Amino acid sequence: MTTTPRPKLVTALLLAPAGLFFVFLLLAPLAVVLLFSFGERAPAGGYVPAFTLQNYMDLPARGKAFFNTLTLAPFGTLLTALFAFPMAYFLAVKTSPGWRVALLILVMAPFWTSQLLRYYAWMMILGNKGIPGWLATLGIADVRIINTPWAVLIGAVYGFLPLMVPPIYVSLEKLDKRLLEASADLGATPIRTFLQVTLPLALPGVATGSMLVFILLMGDYILPQFLGGGKVFFIGNALVDLFLQSRNWPFGAAVSVALVAIMFVTIYVYMRFVLSKSGTRRAALV
Amino acid sequence: MLRAYAICIYIFLYLPISLIVFFSFNAGKYAMAWEGFSLFWYGKAFSNPLIMGALKTSVIIALSTAFLSAIIGTLTALGLERTKGWLRVTFDALIYIAIMVPGIVIGISTLIAFVSFFDLVNPSLAGLGIKFQMGTWAVIAAHVLFNIAVVALLVRARLQGMDRSLVDASEDLYATPLGTFAQVVLPLLAPAILAGFLLAFTFSFEDFIIAYFVSGPDTTLPIYIFSSIRRGVTPEINAVGSVVLLTSFVLLIAAQAVLRRGERTARAE
Repeated sequence: MTTTPRPKLVTALLLAPAGLFFVFLLLAPLAVVLLFSFGERAPAGGYVPAFTLQNYMDLPARGKAFFNTLTLAPFGTLLTALFAFPMAYFLAVKTSPGWRVALLILVMAPFWTSQLLRYYAWMMILGNKGIPGWLATLGIADVRIINTPWAVLIGAVYGFLPLMVPPIYVSLEKLDKRLLEASADLGATPIRTFLQVTLPLALPGVATGSMLVFILLMGDYILPQFLGGGKVFFIGNALVDLFLQSRNWPFGAAVSVALVAIMFVTIYVYMRFVLSKSGTRRAALV
Repeated sequence: MLRAYAICIYIFLYLPISLIVFFSFNAGKYAMAWEGFSLFWYGKAFSNPLIMGALKTSVIIALSTAFLSAIIGTLTALGLERTKGWLRVTFDALIYIAIMVPGIVIGISTLIAFVSFFDLVNPSLAGLGIKFQMGTWAVIAAHVLFNIAVVALLVRARLQGMDRSLVDASEDLYATPLGTFAQVVLPLLAPAILAGFLLAFTFSFEDFIIAYFVSGPDTTLPIYIFSSIRRGVTPEINAVGSVVLLTSFVLLIAAQAVLRRGERTARAE
């Protein structure tokens, strides 16, 4: 060897580009948002430096957005998990190994296609010319689905099922089928085997999937915008309004800080209690 | 019964997407009333300069994002492999923050931080004829931030599954560190890097919310689609949408195939 590379210098050079991105495009902008949340709105919109807690005191003015997000996001996550579980069980237990991966990819693929277009399709299906229109020709008139919480929930299940199935599938696939046989041999009914063996083993997957879906639903904008149509709106819709329409940046910054804070606290509590608890239960069983 | 349920789920997942494609061939003016087969709306979409301009902007953004994130993300994974202690913990935390902070907050924070910075420096640069403003480059920067994290996680998983003895063997045979990297490590990492590239492209090509905040006067394809859906629905959107859907399906299947083949060769080796 002619030259000895200096390992520390090489490491620093490898990490420098990402480090610069993290500092200038993540940490600094987030710090600016925090700073702005204590400021005042300029008369023409924008920001004037100040130190006030007024923006945080004003949060209840957007209480409806917080309420909708904090009720529909958990409920939507729960519904998605309920619909995803049998699907994951089917893929992990009832399909032949040759087809399994292809069938799983077929479930995941829609998540990676344009969210905008998928909810646009649901706007047509749930809109007045869609299902309500067909029902009207059958004599069932005045059904309204679009712009109700139900439309947003249907959209949540549709949009996030592809993300919920894989983690549940992974935890079910690892399930040792001999455990099910053992349970049956010991005289347990299929329902009891399911509740006491299969379900506890699948819980880590359900917990991981639920966290992913919950995070994405909390910060969603397109789903409530298209299927809630301004009547059922989330924090994301309030943020677009505050930053791009009414240009009240300091108040918008306070709403953003509140959203991120709620998310991180939820994730922390969730990891601390739910994930660790389901983990220990798995450890106790296997 | 479970099989019937699974079939229903597949219909539930694919019916809306199929509707978009189906009505893109509609001869009529309305998105939900079939009036016969026609390619009219494809012709109309592809001769619409607004759509083609937005498409061009989106392709530029997605390609730049994919190249930059694949390179920087791979460098990051390689760097973290050589690191221990606080630096590693810090980078891990930053990667997870970049992934967990909602896209809308990334868009907002990039917008207000950059606009404030420009307001600060533009007056003193005006004499030089330089004026910073939001635009395509800001979208690329914000997309790269998120995708560096994704690529770094993918490549790191591959690095950890790699057989160390291959590197040792290469060094025993007197390969230089750079030679070992180019001839042993890089080929093994290639599937993860390529999959990361394709995922970054797909993410960037389809992102609406970040671009909505930071694209300034520039229009990306999702922004164009969003505003035309607001104006009223025409089969033109279905035609553009069908092309977008086809593109992302092809890219996704490619990414999956590359990753699976990579796993298989890794196991075989």
